[in-house]
Amino acid sequence: MEKSINIKVKVWRQAGPKVKGMFETYELNNISTDASFLEMIDILNEQLVKEHKEPVAFDHDCREGICGMCSLYINGHPHGPDQEVTTCQLHMRKFHDGQVITIEPWRSRAFPIIKDLMVDRNAYDKIIQAGGYVSVNTGGIPDANAIPIPKPKADEAMDAASCIGCGACAAACKNGSAMLFVAAKVSQLALLPQGQVERAARAKAMVAKMDELGFGNCTNTGACAAECPKSVSLIHIARLNREYLGAKFKD
Amino acid sequence: MNDTIKIENGVFTVPVPDGQLSEKWTNYKSHQKLVNPANKRRLDVIVVGTGLAGASAAASLGELGFNVLNFCIQDSPRRAHSIAAQGGINAAKNYQNDGDSVYRLFYDTIKGGDYRAREANVYRLAEVANDIIDQCVAQGVPFAREYGGLLDNRSFGGAQVSRTFYAKGQTGQQLLLGAYSALSRQVHKGSVKLYHRYEMLDVVLVKDKNGIERARGIIARNLVTGKLERFFAHAVVIATGGYGNVFFLSTNAMASNGSAAVQCYRKGAFFANPCFAQIHPTCIPVHGDYQSKLTLMSESLRNDGRIWVPKKKEDAEALRAGKLKPTQIKDEDRDFYLERRYPAFGNLVPRDVASRAAKERCDAGFGVNNTGLAVFLDFKYAIERLGRDAVEARYGNLFQMYEKIVDENPYETPMMIFPAIHYTMGGIWVDYELQTSIKGLFAIGEANFSDHGANRLGASALMQGLADGYFVLPYTIQNYLADQIQEPRLSTELPEFVKAEQDIKDKITRLLNIKGKRSVDSLHKELGQVMWDNVGMARTEASLKEALVRIKEIKKEFWNNVYIPGDSASMNVELEKALRLADFLDVGYLMALDGLNRNESCGGHFREEYQTEEGEALRHDDKYSYAACWQYRGEDQDPELFKEDLTYEFTVRAQRNYKS
Repeated sequence: MEKSINIKVKVWRQAGPKVKGMFETYELNNISTDASFLEMIDILNEQLVKEHKEPVAFDHDCREGICGMCSLYINGHPHGPDQEVTTCQLHMRKFHDGQVITIEPWRSRAFPIIKDLMVDRNAYDKIIQAGGYVSVNTGGIPDANAIPIPKPKADEAMDAASCIGCGACAAACKNGSAMLFVAAKVSQLALLPQGQVERAARAKAMVAKMDELGFGNCTNTGACAAECPKSVSLIHIARLNREYLGAKFKD
Repeated sequence: MNDTIKIENGVFTVPVPDGQLSEKWTNYKSHQKLVNPANKRRLDVIVVGTGLAGASAAASLGELGFNVLNFCIQDSPRRAHSIAAQGGINAAKNYQNDGDSVYRLFYDTIKGGDYRAREANVYRLAEVANDIIDQCVAQGVPFAREYGGLLDNRSFGGAQVSRTFYAKGQTGQQLLLGAYSALSRQVHKGSVKLYHRYEMLDVVLVKDKNGIERARGIIARNLVTGKLERFFAHAVVIATGGYGNVFFLSTNAMASNGSAAVQCYRKGAFFANPCFAQIHPTCIPVHGDYQSKLTLMSESLRNDGRIWVPKKKEDAEALRAGKLKPTQIKDEDRDFYLERRYPAFGNLVPRDVASRAAKERCDAGFGVNNTGLAVFLDFKYAIERLGRDAVEARYGNLFQMYEKIVDENPYETPMMIFPAIHYTMGGIWVDYELQTSIKGLFAIGEANFSDHGANRLGASALMQGLADGYFVLPYTIQNYLADQIQEPRLSTELPEFVKAEQDIKDKITRLLNIKGKRSVDSLHKELGQVMWDNVGMARTEASLKEALVRIKEIKKEFWNNVYIPGDSASMNVELEKALRLADFLDVGYLMALDGLNRNESCGGHFREEYQTEEGEALRHDDKYSYAACWQYRGEDQDPELFKEDLTYEFTVRAQRNYKS
């Protein structure tokens, strides 16, 4: 049932990429437990604007858990304490009256801070640009049912493709590795007949780009999968390792 | 002005290619002008937006060899709101052998739109839809499959066949990631340059040597640095989606806005049918005044879920008071009102019909939830018929989303749903080539008004976005660009660019200097409430007139009393929101004005004065068989109305019937 709680939020404030940041603490009263976490930040910002202070900058867009724009480390967890949700789908019913909630931006060398809680995740786009696709032009394509794909394969590819590119995996990883993100795309396309032609080249190009951009190495601690809001599985990392090694041996 | 428009006494028709419906697009492609590969490299095209329409257009134009500049408001093209589309995409593949055809998809779409769309455009859409499915499969989009390995389909509202392709409840995500991957490939190749965290703030028109104004670039704000930047191109494509957020609460993303469309409108482009907004019947109901958005529950749920309210008022009252649980109400005391009223289509009537039927029951006192503004969507029967596992396989992610938001388990108790603003059929007017009334300015996807008439069918938005971007615009834009190959790249120091940038600077300075007492959101919420109450699911002459007065008041309050912290020379989210709200105020006004002009009910536009005895929408084809095109006439005047006459050569218009 809906009720109201009083909370304190400790928020990371940083005016720009090169400026020193610090925590600021704000009190919020009568927050409905039916409000989402981002709606709680909206209320905080409305309060700050009323006091003629700068509102907290944070990334968000669809607010239904699919665009991958929202981020935030909440009490030490990417996307907060709930399982299988993004921050926008986390609700205040997961917190209790009087709680102090610490809110930080993604922690990762490859995701520099833009302002407050907002980070630059362009590195993920660059990894996809390096080869995360099937090289087909528009048009001149055979009928969609020309190549049957076994349902279990298609379903597994779909599970991998559920990745929303939010960055929680790299942010959660003590090494700052983007392996789960890269694995999700490599795995999706390796499972499908359409992805076969460029299979080896794709694995190599994406891994090389990931390394170049300053992401760390994978030591199989599994924090990425544990924090992934879409439950992308570690199995895909295993597949990426096979794909990558296989491609290297072929060289 | 676009020279295909010949206005006489305020009315015009749009030339479409000759021949039977099925020959028109082929005829067009056979005779249009093309640009040779060497010249393509010399031509720049700006595409604003990276949703399904924008990303597919930018990628396809890049593949063809044009030099593309692609702008994206989010931090990555993959975040565009197309990603949130859940249910599916239509195509008349007839894989199910259930009697589907291109003609039937065309007919369902034009009928679903209540005969307010252009026949030739809609037929072309149905025609290219099959190619989209092929394209997406080739990109590696993991559509749902049957055990034999072939593609699976399901049904959506307004159709009696199963023609909807889907990827779990994340079809929009998978299609967008497909288009994003094609786009990323072009970025890698260097044919597309991507500008992320940029927002377009104006379109720049430059007169050519014959004195014809042409779109030649945009002014955009770098949202990180706050800097205004000028960009030139030989043509500009607007793919910025719809303006549903004028209602504040909608299923749109937070950054979705109508500003690019308003900028084009202020520069002279027609804004067509602004009052045609779609209210989606199955959204999670409003729960509090702090709420920031509404969440959609996919229409696909109506394949297996049954919609009902209690038959007895006392049951509805007990449910609202929390004294009764929905599961305690016996089957015979449940009113499956869609199945009762529309036996032929049942729970799968089109969205406008389903939304109004829900409103009718709630207005009559049968609504549930503590507000009385909700109906049930029940999976009990599907679970009995198919088993819980099958239901979970089909809708698992949607059920999870519902449970996280509402804190109730939809496997055990029925979902509660209520209509919410979801999509806008109106938008920037375009001709057959998707060119606006300004030369060189094109609009695709939800941003244009073209294909859905007064109501869009489910799973057709993805179809239209990708049709425009992959298969229509890459052809039609060449017919324009073929005449631009002699045009050099213009300097952005031209007075037209300088003035456009200065105008924006002045506007921003004015906004920042108001230093009033109201936050942007508080004013936006006020506007949204006026829109929902007066320009929502049911409209009357009186409500629309009231809306016009109220919106003017809010506009005045906004320009005199808004408070925006910070400055313009750095990231300033409140300033971004204020600039968008300034445009929403104009869109809201246009919607009310258009609704007032249209003295009939059709599709999503329901005027209470115009209904049949059974409460269905009553069209007036004799008077309103036109697209209402509004042209800007300055800040202090109402816009001027021009009418694109819609002639129906190949279909017989009838009262829409989903009963038998």
